[in-house]
Amino acid sequence: MVMFALRRFLQLIPVFFGATLLVYFLVFATPGDPISALSGGKPMAPAVEAALRAQYNLDQPFWVQYGLYLKNLVTMNLGQTFSGQEVSAVIARAYPVTARLAIMALTFEAVFGIFFGVIAGLRKGKLFDSTVLVASLIVIAMPTFVLGFVLQLIFGVQLGWVKPTVSGAAPWSELILPAMVLGLVSLAYVIRLTRASISENMNADYVRTATAKGLSRRRVVTVHILRNSLIPVVTFLGADLGGLMGGAIVTEAIFNVPGIGNVLYKAIVKGESATVVAIVSILVIVFVVANLVVDLLYAWLDPRIRYV
Amino acid sequence: MSENLTPELELTTPATPAARQGKISSRHIEHYVAPLEETPLAAVDKVDETAAPLSLWADAWRNLRKQPLFIISSLLIILVVVVAVFPTWFTSVDPTECTLDNSSLPPEPGHPLGFTLQGCDVYSRVIFGTRASLMVGIFTTLGVLIIGGVMGALAGYYGGWLDSILARLGDIFFALPLILGAIIIMQLPAFRDNRSVWTVVVTLVIFGWPQIARITRGAVIENRNADFVTASKALGLSPFRALIKHVIPNSLAPVIVVASISLGTFIVAEATLSFLSLGLPGSIMSWGNDIAAAQSQVRNNPSVLLWPALALVITVLSFIMLGDALRDALDPKARKR
Repeated sequence: MVMFALRRFLQLIPVFFGATLLVYFLVFATPGDPISALSGGKPMAPAVEAALRAQYNLDQPFWVQYGLYLKNLVTMNLGQTFSGQEVSAVIARAYPVTARLAIMALTFEAVFGIFFGVIAGLRKGKLFDSTVLVASLIVIAMPTFVLGFVLQLIFGVQLGWVKPTVSGAAPWSELILPAMVLGLVSLAYVIRLTRASISENMNADYVRTATAKGLSRRRVVTVHILRNSLIPVVTFLGADLGGLMGGAIVTEAIFNVPGIGNVLYKAIVKGESATVVAIVSILVIVFVVANLVVDLLYAWLDPRIRYV
Repeated sequence: MSENLTPELELTTPATPAARQGKISSRHIEHYVAPLEETPLAAVDKVDETAAPLSLWADAWRNLRKQPLFIISSLLIILVVVVAVFPTWFTSVDPTECTLDNSSLPPEPGHPLGFTLQGCDVYSRVIFGTRASLMVGIFTTLGVLIIGGVMGALAGYYGGWLDSILARLGDIFFALPLILGAIIIMQLPAFRDNRSVWTVVVTLVIFGWPQIARITRGAVIENRNADFVTASKALGLSPFRALIKHVIPNSLAPVIVVASISLGTFIVAEATLSFLSLGLPGSIMSWGNDIAAAQSQVRNNPSVLLWPALALVITVLSFIMLGDALRDALDPKARKR
């Protein structure tokens, strides 16, 4: 297990460098200059432009630029936004909100997804199963922002059950609806994955053995089928953390949640390339680390993986 | 092998399966009895052994023709394609002819879905918006299939250092979620100033190919050591020709399934980018743009949001259902149950 963890960790290093290099290259080394975007494409005094280039290290060769950017990333020295705030401070303020949102969304999809998926999988072909399948398909086909608008309109405006938008402090209670919207698409995937996994394992040899030795159906389902079927689901949930970070941009824009997605979106609209790169790099790190944790969890849940 | 044996073995048991199962369920015994899979002897005898075996595709087609899911989804897709190619067949109203006199008016004869805030005909805009959304979906899928397919096939077939490099490269792109990566690219000055269907397609291809590459790689690895490949090489085919002629055609099934489903997700991704005002420019009519424009109106005039969203959902749903139907048809093992 230790060797496996070490190997997985070493594999993570090229991914980290590659992904940050990719992001940095895309933003700072492609044609079309982020510095000219800073002034809205209008000509700039040469001295100002030179100062800005020096500030973003753009006067250095590319590899030096990238090295300095990595150093800044590691030391959390991420520069300033247009309004003069420290990017690291902005991230520190917004990140807990998004983390709360993501945790709630993940809990929502895990609890309901596994619940519906297990029932549908055990009753494959019955009415409940087909209903859940059709409903999950419709949810998958619907863009998150349409779902968000519709639910906001119904529950926030017409029924008035929740506040349509989130206040500055973003307490847990106000994040319920945004978290549901954020988790809904993945919920559909969790349902389908659990269902497929359950119905596949129903025909496995070990289930037949368990049944043959006289175990009750309840025990066969909970101990034998469920535990083995949940392994791919756990993997999906972990990998989904990154997707939730991406989806948070849309959800936070709809419900005006003061989270990292909102900050990112505003930075994009204003063309603050440095802020965009900083936030995306951090999201990539979270995503990569989450994937590592999932892989380790996977190996722990299913010892067969370690020896492959 | 074992699948052919089991029915015979089970048929030697004395009681008929139907009677046995019926008894158990009527007495409500606690223990769970796994369902038996048996083929009645009559059905076994009916199989014509002299007939030539069907190819995977012919077999899949025979199965698909009977599936309502496949029929409905392909009819819907044909309809959407026809609408995209010949929008004037479906409406004679010019979607760009908007008068503020008509702002947010309810439906009236000739304008069945009412008007937008700018006084444009909603129905006509939904019809004319089909082309851009569908083009993004189709061309992104084609691009992803070409790049991901070539990368995945080479990595899976040749293995070794090529596989390691391509796998790491895929991991790097995988580390950026599709929407996040697309946002970075679309906000680059070079892309932001030249927004069009093609820039959106390029962006989505850049972050969409690793998925297809992974699926193709897995399918190719499964087939590269198959007997028919070894046989073709033994008959003098070069390894590369064997890859093209035998391995790839036999690895297509899972790739096509995933491609069909991701076509739908690419359409959704375009709409999401347009919603963030980083997708298609406002001058191009697309469902994403219309939904984004309708967001400020959602409380006063929800139907402006509803119709383009409905068109988008139906289209995406059709491609996902097609993928599901293809998966069932191309995987006979799953179909059995």
